[in-house]
Amino acid sequence: MVDPALNLAGGSLILPQPLPLDGGQSLERVEVAYETYGKLNAEKSNAVLICHALTGDHHVASPHPITGKAGWWVRTVGPGKPIDTDRYFVICANVLGSCLGTTGPASPAGDGQPWAMRFPVITIRDMVRTLVALLDSLGIDQLHAVIGGSMGGMQALSFAANWPERTRAVLVIASTARHSAQNIAFHEVGRQAIMADPKWEGGNYYAKGKGPESGLAVARMAAHITYLSEAGLTEKFGRRLQDRTEKTFGFDADFQVESYLRHQGLSFTDRFDANSYLYITRAMDYFDLAEEHGGRLAEAFAGVKARFCLVSFDTDWLYPTAESRVIAHALNAAGAPVSFVELSAPFGHDSFLLDVPAQDRVIAGFLNQ
Amino acid sequence: MTALRPDLAIIAANVAPGSRVLDIGCGDGALLAALRNDKQVDARGMELDPHGVAECVAKGLSVMQGDADTDLSDYPDAAFDYAILSQTLQTTKRPDMVLDELLRVGRKGFVSFPNFAHWKVRASLLWNGRMPVTRLLPIAWYETPNIHHVTIRDFRELVAAKGYRIEGEWFLSGDRQIGPLAANWRAEHAVFQLSR
Repeated sequence: MVDPALNLAGGSLILPQPLPLDGGQSLERVEVAYETYGKLNAEKSNAVLICHALTGDHHVASPHPITGKAGWWVRTVGPGKPIDTDRYFVICANVLGSCLGTTGPASPAGDGQPWAMRFPVITIRDMVRTLVALLDSLGIDQLHAVIGGSMGGMQALSFAANWPERTRAVLVIASTARHSAQNIAFHEVGRQAIMADPKWEGGNYYAKGKGPESGLAVARMAAHITYLSEAGLTEKFGRRLQDRTEKTFGFDADFQVESYLRHQGLSFTDRFDANSYLYITRAMDYFDLAEEHGGRLAEAFAGVKARFCLVSFDTDWLYPTAESRVIAHALNAAGAPVSFVELSAPFGHDSFLLDVPAQDRVIAGFLNQ
Repeated sequence: MTALRPDLAIIAANVAPGSRVLDIGCGDGALLAALRNDKQVDARGMELDPHGVAECVAKGLSVMQGDADTDLSDYPDAAFDYAILSQTLQTTKRPDMVLDELLRVGRKGFVSFPNFAHWKVRASLLWNGRMPVTRLLPIAWYETPNIHHVTIRDFRELVAAKGYRIEGEWFLSGDRQIGPLAANWRAEHAVFQLSR
């Protein structure tokens, strides 16, 4: 049940113009699924765009249509919450290439068959181009703020660098301006797990019911480890055994951590498309904001007027604090007003989704200026 | 506006309106907020404690979490009209190098610090033979962040040795400003304005 005070609205729309892509192609009739919360004021000055992470979706504070679980940022978005829907008109759209309503590899191509691997390789900037087209359709010229964690942070940075006049503030949480070799390496493990599953069938599994579920589950398991911290895993599971008192001397999930990861992997396959996982991880790996701007990150932000706030977490080893510092220094060099803070939280990269009161204060304080 | 700490009030009174300011060790951002609100200053800060940074962000200030000893090198030369070190110099690992950085990133600098040669401090050492715990130095020796105690005379000598200019000096006893006569005995606290 959705709180009526959220003023939830949305749906999906077809972009009126073809969407040009960084890869050189363009996509016709792109569908964008989105939700909005709160009310747009008469001046259209209170819009806040939230960009979601790799496997996220537009159900920020409303139940997920497949799992029925509460929205992924329900603790942060709502009436009286850090992103206050009584003050702001909050917009979130499913990203290009995903599988929760926005056009992606599972969507029908011109011939009525799923795109599958015929879908063009997309970039973070292509995702943002889609979001900007959505804002155009909604009649919003300038945002109060664009906000994102993880891949959402990459979109927020790309938004600020490429459409600088379209937002007054940029909040980037647990993110990076470029994917490191280690980031790419973990993604490649996931992609190879999917493509090594015989049920992947070169991406053409849509007509055959179940796709490469084993491969996608392994991809999710590997990725999930990178979202946690060693201390967090130790505290949550240690070496404790799963529903047994002795090791079985077999390859069943003896340890709680194994059982947990298997569950994370399997439940993920119910809600996510394997080809979308390939395309979105590729987009993240291609992301290098400096490269787009002559190799100097400060150039990406030249002339940007927006206020910036960067947040990192001390236990995040996926996008560690050093990555946020690189962005902050580039913004300083470009003369942009920027704040940066490393918060202490035990949850690793996932901290931005979890209960970190200091993050709530930073978000609310930064937005409410 | 709530009253600023006396040394901050002196600094605030001597910053030109509309200038660019970096407050190094800006704490909860009280000085920066006052400068922004009253003097339309482009106010930036650096603070080591994440809670302080969070409070500054909540005030709408632009503050970087960072360490005065290591992170000033990220700023270009003369990036600011004023760089401020209020009650921070004595907490740094290398105050001499921080002073150099202060006057590199700022065309002018303000430095305020508790004077370790105040008569109460001297008396505590002389009569009790103990490291002083006073109103301005309230924390015992083993847990104080003040790792490089400095006197007004020491500071003047460092500034002279580096060839920097003292453009202004103010002395405080309690919350009251006092004259320069025997300041190294009488002042609990000193504020200096410096330039290259």
